[in-house]
Amino acid sequence: MDYFIELLFAGLTRGSIYALIALGYTMVYGIIGLINFAHGEIYMIGAFTSFIVATVLSIYGFPLLAIVIIAAVAAAVWSSAYGFTVEKLAYRPLRKAPRLAPLISAIGMSIFLQNYVLLAQTSDFLPFPELIPEFAFMEPVAHIVGSSDMVILVTTAIVMIALTCLIKFTKIGKAMRATAQDKTMAVLVGVNVDRVISATFIIGSALAAIGGLLIASHIGQINFYIGFLAGIKAFTAAVLGGIGSIPGAVLGSLVLGLTESFATGYISSDYEDVFAFSLLVLILIFKPSGLLGKTETKKV
Amino acid sequence: MFPVKELKRSALTSLWFAFLTFPIMVVKVDPIERVVSWRWDNMFFIAFGSFVFSILAKVFIIQKERRASKKKQKTISEPLVQRIVREPRFLYPLALACFIFGISFPFLFSTYQTNIMTTALMYVVLGLGLNIVVGVAGLLDLGYVAFYAVGAYSYALLNYNFDMGFWTVLPIGGLLAALLGIILGFPVLRLRGDYLAIVTLGFGEIIRLVLENWNDFSQGPSGIANIPRPSFFGMDMTFAGGITYIYYIILVLVVLTIFVVNRLQNSRLGRAWLALREDEIACEAMGIDKTKTKLIAFSLGAFWAGFVGVIFAAKTTFVNPASFTFLESAIILSIVVLGGMGSIIGVVIGALILILLPEYLRALSEYRMLAFGAILVVMMVFKPGGIISNVRRNYKFKGLSVVEGKNNE
Repeated sequence: MDYFIELLFAGLTRGSIYALIALGYTMVYGIIGLINFAHGEIYMIGAFTSFIVATVLSIYGFPLLAIVIIAAVAAAVWSSAYGFTVEKLAYRPLRKAPRLAPLISAIGMSIFLQNYVLLAQTSDFLPFPELIPEFAFMEPVAHIVGSSDMVILVTTAIVMIALTCLIKFTKIGKAMRATAQDKTMAVLVGVNVDRVISATFIIGSALAAIGGLLIASHIGQINFYIGFLAGIKAFTAAVLGGIGSIPGAVLGSLVLGLTESFATGYISSDYEDVFAFSLLVLILIFKPSGLLGKTETKKV
Repeated sequence: MFPVKELKRSALTSLWFAFLTFPIMVVKVDPIERVVSWRWDNMFFIAFGSFVFSILAKVFIIQKERRASKKKQKTISEPLVQRIVREPRFLYPLALACFIFGISFPFLFSTYQTNIMTTALMYVVLGLGLNIVVGVAGLLDLGYVAFYAVGAYSYALLNYNFDMGFWTVLPIGGLLAALLGIILGFPVLRLRGDYLAIVTLGFGEIIRLVLENWNDFSQGPSGIANIPRPSFFGMDMTFAGGITYIYYIILVLVVLTIFVVNRLQNSRLGRAWLALREDEIACEAMGIDKTKTKLIAFSLGAFWAGFVGVIFAAKTTFVNPASFTFLESAIILSIVVLGGMGSIIGVVIGALILILLPEYLRALSEYRMLAFGAILVVMMVFKPGGIISNVRRNYKFKGLSVVEGKNNE
């Protein structure tokens, strides 16, 4: 039973991280219908920024709490800046281009950012400083659920609630929903669509950065290539839940995380990614628009 | 000509980039030695470089707009390349010249150059194969490399286990890949475009991971070595001779592919693909079997990939899963899109540029992939149709003006 619970929590942790990244995909897709391939790289840059900031601060002897807060803020700020810039340079000029053009541009951006980090930093795996301490009150259950798992779960839950509030109750959230529904109509009622799209990229990137910080300190090492697989997995999760739907992304991520965790725990760890993609293929065959996705009516 | 306002904006851009690249470019930490090195010179380069670039981009955009406004008044003229292709007077000598150059290539250049050219030609065929799927039929396939892997591994394994020769496996490899395309395509092709993309991507990863982990079957990550090169009626060949021989095989395959794809594009099936790309529902209403047409496109594309896979295994005499990553799919897709979707000449040129350019930029080998990514973005932003965008075949009715004249009377 302990093993089961251990796997359950591992799956939930993994799922929450996927969810933080998947939200960026799904929000962008919901608004401009683009698979933002560079999103995984934004997450990687978030992890790298927090790594650099945290290491520099710990060398200069800052207290742990200050390091965590400053690293998280720096990661979010710079990732958002990258997300904003990428959108402005690589996607905005292509709004009216054929559907495949922005996708290729996104793939190009992803390759570019990967190699940029590779050249500017290093290709080695870097040890990530331990930002989440072992809490004393977690001692009795520490063999099942680690402190970092708990922190990840709680942080993700808080971020999700904040995001839901942002989208439901604020003005920019309303504008985002309007833009996702109908871009032309949103313009007509006075929504600045460009600004809304930028805001979407910024929010999505900040979420990915927080995910990057959490997972990096959980796993303990990073390199320039981590964005690729995480990005694909998160995108899989977003599609699984029905791309464009925010609760769908969270649900899809949790399903994906749990599937991977149980499959690796009970069957074999070699085929971890195979399980993830097989699940995706199966769900899409039986429910082609994802778990919570809306079926679109097409007209000629 | 250049207003001060624009200069100010460029200065702001350069400031922004200096800020943006600050943590990654300037700070470098060594977590083990616990030292920080600050590389302020990088910040200067970035700021200066982005300033210059933003001014150049601005100039380019202004000129483009000017040209566009001029063009509107004129009638839109056909692109030069398209006109050459349409005119048999130019096309045949040009094709002949290319063909002669292709044949004499191994005699003119070194073995090394021939080897690189072989690789480039392999990508030409791969690009043309994917062009059927993505460019003509409009099905976004991000796992194309899976079929390529199937071809390569079918030669490697059939040779390893059953000692089968290159020429026997060549059709088998193609057919196996096509079969896999059908098996995969059957459930997947019902999906909408973007879902199709991610499922094919996932599928490509599954194939690679299975090859990597199923040790008994594929010998895992270490791969299969000592795959024999193709034989020529049982003759033994020198190393250089073998390379030249493979070069000619792939050259013939390129010609064959261009011929087949060209015939296909103007056939009933090809037009059905184009119609399917434009509008699925309208297409069904016209009595085209959607699933069947898509499946044919998918499996045909896979067939070419399988073919090239076999040749790849024979050329490198070694296969392992690391050759079939997503990056490979991305490169092939980039060839199609960069060249111009649906345009055969475009794809050929795109493949030659994308494969040969990095080879000859070896001096800058570290910056190859960086430049590759940047070129993809810049290309899409400034010329989203590709180098040579495909112009729809249209029929001009010569007697039109006469008929109209009569009606007016």
